[in-house]
Amino acid sequence: MIRNPRDLQRYNASERANHWIVGICFILLALSGLAFFHPALFPLVNLFGGGTWARILHPWIGVVMAVFFVIMFFRFASLNLMGGKDWDWLSKVGKMVDGNDHDMPEQGKYNGGQKLLFWLLTLCMVLITVSGVVMWRSQFDFPVGLVRAAVVVHAAAAAFMIGLIFVHVYAAIWTRGTIRAMLYGTVTRAWAKQHHRGWYRQMTGKD
Amino acid sequence: MALQSLDIARRSATTTETPKVRETTEVAKLIDVSACIGCKACQAACMEWNDIRPEVGNNVGIYDNPQDLDDKTWTLMRFTEVEENGRLEWLIRKDGCMHCADPGCLKACPSPGAIIQYSNGIVDFHQENCIGCGYCITGCPFDIPRLSKTDNKAYKCSLCSDRVAVGQAPACAKACPTGAIRFGAKEDMVHYAEARIDDLKDRGYQNAGLYDPQGVGGTHVMYVLHHADKPTLYADLPENPQISPAVALWKGVAKPLALLALGATAIGSLFHYVMKGPNEVSKELEAEMEKEDAK
Repeated sequence: MIRNPRDLQRYNASERANHWIVGICFILLALSGLAFFHPALFPLVNLFGGGTWARILHPWIGVVMAVFFVIMFFRFASLNLMGGKDWDWLSKVGKMVDGNDHDMPEQGKYNGGQKLLFWLLTLCMVLITVSGVVMWRSQFDFPVGLVRAAVVVHAAAAAFMIGLIFVHVYAAIWTRGTIRAMLYGTVTRAWAKQHHRGWYRQMTGKD
Repeated sequence: MALQSLDIARRSATTTETPKVRETTEVAKLIDVSACIGCKACQAACMEWNDIRPEVGNNVGIYDNPQDLDDKTWTLMRFTEVEENGRLEWLIRKDGCMHCADPGCLKACPSPGAIIQYSNGIVDFHQENCIGCGYCITGCPFDIPRLSKTDNKAYKCSLCSDRVAVGQAPACAKACPTGAIRFGAKEDMVHYAEARIDDLKDRGYQNAGLYDPQGVGGTHVMYVLHHADKPTLYADLPENPQISPAVALWKGVAKPLALLALGATAIGSLFHYVMKGPNEVSKELEAEMEKEDAK
C-alpha cells in the first residue's frame, strides 16, 4: 500500500517480517523466562498453558529466536559498524533526551545509540543462547558447575536484554513517526531529514 | 497441603508465610557407616515402600547396583576401597538426600510448592507441582535429585515423609539389620552418635566424628564416619557442602534487583514521555516537504 509515493522506504517486507518474528519470540521468552525467575511473576506461566508447558516451550521458542536473530544480524550488521561520529553522538545523547537535539551530529541510517543497541543485543543473544543450551535439562546433561555458571549468565544477560528492549521500544514510541518504518516500511522525508540527515541525503540526493 | 499432620517451614517459590501453627520435633536419620555391612536391605526397603522398581542393570565389576541414583533409586549403597593407616578399608556409604536445613534445591526451584520443607526438617518433592526444569539439580550441593526420563519430574528420597507423618521410622531404618540406620529426634540422634564416636575412638579411629555439615545449616540425614576429617573418602561425600555462590546470587539478590531495575526503566520511560514530551518532526521540515510535494 502506497501512502505518499515520495515517502522513503526504510525496511522491505522481508526485513520487517524477520524483525517481528524475533520480536514475538522475545515477548514470549521474556514472559515465560521472568516467570521462572521470580515467584511473583510465576503466574505468567498460565499464558503458556501452565508451568510445565512454559518449561517445554521456552527453549524451543529460544531456538526460533536465535535462528531468526542470526539472519537479522547478517542483514543489518554492516549498517551498524561504529565510527567516530557515533561515539560523538552518544556522548551528546543526554542533551537530546533532555529535549534539545539541535547540537546532535548528523547521522546516517542509524544513529550511535541504535548501533550500540544492535551490538549489545547481539552480545546478549550470544550469551543467552549458549547458556540456555547448557541449562536445557530435558535435552542436554552438562556438568553441574557449568550449569551453575550458565544460570547466572542467562538470568543476568536476559534481564539486561529486557532492559535494552524497553529502551528500544520506548525510543521508537518517543520518536514520533518511527514505528511505521517497522510496520509498513516507510518513513516521511521530513522524519528522515530530521533524525537521519545523512541517510536522507543518500536516499534523495538532496541536502 | 500434602500431609495434614506436618507443618511446613519453607515452600519453593513462595514469598508469603507457610502454614506453621503446630510444633513438630526436628527429626534426623543417623547412618552409622562403621556399622553398615552393605547388605542393601535399605535399598530394597526403599523400593518396596515407595513402590519404585529401577531397571535391572549389568554387573560392571563393582558392588554398586544400580551404578547411580536415578528417578527410581532414591537411596544407593556406594562402595569405596581405600587404604588408611596401612590397612585396606572397605567403606560403604548409603547415599541419598541429606535433607539440608538450608536446601539448595528448594532455593533454586521456580515452581510454587514443588519442593517443601516440613518443620520437622524433611525436604519433600511434590511432583504434581514440578515443572521439570531441573533447577533443583543445579541447586543441590550433594548431586541428589534426578529427572525422570519418562515424565520429566524430579525425584529423590522423601525420608518417608508419609511414614514419619504417622509416627513410623523411614523404611530403610526399619529394614536395617545391624542398626546402622537410626531415626528419631535430631537431638537424640546427635546424642546417640556421640556414644558411637567415643566407641570408634577407643577402637583406634582418632578422627571419628559426626557429619552434620553446617555449610547447609546442618542436615537431617547425618553420618557417623570413622574418618570424619576426610569425608571425600566415602564416595566423594563433600567436605564442606554449601549452596553454590552462583545459585545463591541467582536466586538471591539478583531477583529483586533485576525486577527493580526493569521496573525503574519502564516507569522512567513513561515519566520521560510525560515530562519531556515526544520527539516530533519539526513544523519547518514538514512545511518544507509539503512545499516540495505541491510542486
